[in-house]
Amino acid sequence: MNIRIPFAALLGLFFTGLFFFVAIFAPLLAPYGYDQVVSNGFWEPASAEYWLGTDGIGRDLLSRIIYGIRTTIWIATLATLLSFFTGSVLGFLAAVSGGWVDQLLSRFVDLMMSIPSLIFALVILSITPISITVLILVIGLLDSTRVYRLARAVAVDITVMEYVEAAKLRGEKYAWIIFREILPNALSPLVAEMGLRFIFSVLFISTLSFLGLGIQPPQADLGGIVRENAEGLTYGIGAALYPAITIALLAISVNLVADWILARTTSLKGGRG
Amino acid sequence: MGPIARLLAQRISLGLLLLFLVSIVIFVGTSILPGDVAQQILGQSATPEALANLREELGVNEPAVTRYFNWLGGILTGDLGTALTSGQSINEAIGKRLTNTLFLAICAAVIAVPLAIFLGLLAVRYQERWPDKLISASTLTTISMPEFVIGYIMMFIFGVQLRWFSPTAVGYRPDADFFTRLESIALPVAVLTLVVLAHMMRMTRAAILNVMQSAYIETAELKGMSSFSVIRKHAFPNAISPVVNVVMLNLAYLVVGVVVVEVVFVYPGMGQYLVDHVTKRDLPVVQACGIIFAAIYIGLNLVADVVSILTNPRLRHPK
Repeated sequence: MNIRIPFAALLGLFFTGLFFFVAIFAPLLAPYGYDQVVSNGFWEPASAEYWLGTDGIGRDLLSRIIYGIRTTIWIATLATLLSFFTGSVLGFLAAVSGGWVDQLLSRFVDLMMSIPSLIFALVILSITPISITVLILVIGLLDSTRVYRLARAVAVDITVMEYVEAAKLRGEKYAWIIFREILPNALSPLVAEMGLRFIFSVLFISTLSFLGLGIQPPQADLGGIVRENAEGLTYGIGAALYPAITIALLAISVNLVADWILARTTSLKGGRG
Repeated sequence: MGPIARLLAQRISLGLLLLFLVSIVIFVGTSILPGDVAQQILGQSATPEALANLREELGVNEPAVTRYFNWLGGILTGDLGTALTSGQSINEAIGKRLTNTLFLAICAAVIAVPLAIFLGLLAVRYQERWPDKLISASTLTTISMPEFVIGYIMMFIFGVQLRWFSPTAVGYRPDADFFTRLESIALPVAVLTLVVLAHMMRMTRAAILNVMQSAYIETAELKGMSSFSVIRKHAFPNAISPVVNVVMLNLAYLVVGVVVVEVVFVYPGMGQYLVDHVTKRDLPVVQACGIIFAAIYIGLNLVADVVSILTNPRLRHPK
């Protein structure tokens, strides 16, 4: 079997890999600390010492962005894992048990999805303390509604298969049916969706931080760095554009990979999913 | 007319029920979370007297159900309560801001909707050729960017470097004449247009392609009709319902996009008001804004639903 990876996907894979590399090795790569004030001036232009210049209070912008990539990817990854775990377990459970469990879960998810995620998150964050744990929980749980719908739809098709019937007749427990019969068969569409959910989490945490309701300073994530430097824009200082473009690059790279995986998994099934 | 009217009544009452449940979710979300609300709002250093006063003001001492019905009753009679931070009536503040927000959103919609449908049709007409590829590539790029990224890039290029438009909407006055108002919101409108354009175009393209793959289109093509008249006579009438659906869903999305864009351009609308008061932990304002945003969102989704029932004969007769 020969696998030809199209150029766009290759590009996406390369940059996605690069971003994760930066995220993991941030402390080794960053020339300065993330909250280290290295100069007396503010918004200095790029120089040999400070590759992207300094920010509004004289911190090295490149170092801050490197740490920002780490924070953003870290939160987005955990939120994605949480949304997949919650969403797919509940989705499979709804499909396998059917009846009132299914009705209850599905109607609840409908209700959650009838409020825009951002508005919902703002309402919740107006009362909870804003910490990394709360942010991951909010993003992950709000996003799990989408995973739930996909997982349930996929699993409903699988539960009518003979091997699931056989397992039920053998008297297997729900946990066995979910993890041993359904999960392996539902994995490929779920994995294809994972990239999209990751992008959603990246954009979500960036937006919250940009609004000042995400990661709190001096900690840095990409959206927060945009916020800190936004004031400079009106004076013609482009410092805020670097983290902004970094967010876009990250999302586009992952999108290219996700598109490719999506196309591959649907072609495996033979035709449009 | 009988069955259609019944179906519509059914959809509308479902929408109202949904809104009622959403109001419960918003209320519960802001009241029954663990911890002391008053403590959260005032912080750790608050004096016991201040805490007691705030609890009194919030009515936390009363049972939650009573508070919920007081709040709901207030909303139904058009009284949104008073803001904790300023002590002013929320109605007044929201009234002005809601018109500003709707003005911004409607301007964006007026540009984005026809443009998206036109470009979507263009992408279908030149499917898999360069116009289609160019359109998909640019949609992928805009979908991958959060609103504030597009906002700041445009602000920097067109507002600060080229000075074509005012970089922020600070100078927006609702009582100025129409064209002055338009000039000061040119950039936010452009950003909102770009944001929804991408989604709308992509979904329009998918909806029309779906129709184009049907057997009757193939027949029309085999008859030797030109591709534009196939689209006009056969594809378009069948595509109206999915396209209207796409438009409505994206207008609902626009209502949310507005929140971020208003903050970027310092525009005095609902979104900025909400974000400000989330930061200040002003619960009554957050609840009021939350329910208004949700109501608009549910309303637009309901319209999408109703229009697709009206334009699609197959949906008028449910099994």
